[in-house]
Amino acid sequence: MECVFGLVGNGFAIVAADTSAVHSILVHKSNEDKIMVLDSHKLVAASGESGDRVQFTEYIQKNVALYQFRNGIPLTTAAAANFTRGELATALRKNPYFVNILLAGYDKETGPSLYYIDYIATLHKVDKGAFGYGSYFCLSLMDRHYHSGMTVDEAIALVDKCIMEIRSRLVVAPPNFVIKIVDKDGAREYAWRESVKDTAVPAA
Amino acid sequence: MARYDRAITVFSPDGHLFQVEYALEAVRKGNAAVGVRGTDIVVLGVEKKSTAKLQDSRSVRKIVSLDDHIALACAGLKADARVLINKARIECQSHRLTVEDRVTVEYITRYIAGLQQKYTQSGGVRPFGLSTLIVGFDPYTGVPSLYQTDPSGTFSAWKANATGRNSNSMREFLEKNYKETSGQETIKLAIRALLEVVESGGKNIEVAVMTKEHGLRQLEEAEIDAIVAEIEAEKATAEAAKKAPPKET
Repeated sequence: MECVFGLVGNGFAIVAADTSAVHSILVHKSNEDKIMVLDSHKLVAASGESGDRVQFTEYIQKNVALYQFRNGIPLTTAAAANFTRGELATALRKNPYFVNILLAGYDKETGPSLYYIDYIATLHKVDKGAFGYGSYFCLSLMDRHYHSGMTVDEAIALVDKCIMEIRSRLVVAPPNFVIKIVDKDGAREYAWRESVKDTAVPAA
Repeated sequence: MARYDRAITVFSPDGHLFQVEYALEAVRKGNAAVGVRGTDIVVLGVEKKSTAKLQDSRSVRKIVSLDDHIALACAGLKADARVLINKARIECQSHRLTVEDRVTVEYITRYIAGLQQKYTQSGGVRPFGLSTLIVGFDPYTGVPSLYQTDPSGTFSAWKANATGRNSNSMREFLEKNYKETSGQETIKLAIRALLEVVESGGKNIEVAVMTKEHGLRQLEEAEIDAIVAEIEAEKATAEAAKKAPPKET
């Protein structure tokens, strides 16, 4: 039921993820942020087993930070993607992580990029990608409407089209989505698309 | 005495661990390093021994960051420093992963000191030949701190301290001239302490400044030269004032 999708535009990459945390028939919360800011210019949108999702992405995040302190410069998006895939591959035949990842990043030299990393350690560099049941709708929509070098507005319009499609056509559609963007100015939250609001949770 | 300085795990009859004391000697031969704590800033300064003509000086960073909010300078065996710094960096990230919070300055100092102590009580190893000055801001209270560790594994917090070559003269200077400062004044105090033992000039000292908002910032050579010039000017006016006959009795 989890939906994660993303695409590369002109000087930026955008990822969107649903925000429902589900256990069997219960929705724990509908504002769970599944897109982690890996470092200043990288986003990791992850879906899958919720324990694995948080554990694995945090592990990758801390190792990426360690690399930066050790070497004085950040990892490139490609290097981070390959590292992530390597960790999934190493664990695969022993203790696999059930996490699917779309890694979006911006490098000064090579511009924006998007990597498709699935739970059995497949790695593909892509212009657009999606995971989950929602991918059946998103991929077709993106195939129809995507073109290289889209502006932010065009990309957001496409993302919104995908969200509308998921909401209307997927039987147990997640109501809310978060959209994050990464470009030369860094990785940041772009917007939420909420059709159901949780009651405010008091801060811990 | 020669019989009691072989292995680290042997006490001498008068209660010394000679290997540890010899490690402290190694520290005393290392480059001068000074740390000063201000109210909103911490400053680290290190003597830069003249680099060889063909050497790329940028690859010899003496003040390093362990995390966004912690920095370290050391005096002594630089190769040992590399190992200790690497372990400390891993610990900083590991702490973040397990408890989802940044380390406090005291925590990481205790960790480094603990590592140094371990090597004074194991067989077949020698102690780390370095003392470290660790600075940072407490992630919860925002209070700046300065800590020092040494090869024996002891650590303590300081308002200002020096280690390495001629550390005694620098410490004396700091004891005489320390007062609560902030911002630029703290930087000046640190550089003045270093200038007591180092040839003046931006080429011979490396200075880094840490603030809560901006993290660690290495000062450019030009900036250091400017501050050194200010200090020399202040010294000159002070000298002149002393020599001039008093106007009032």
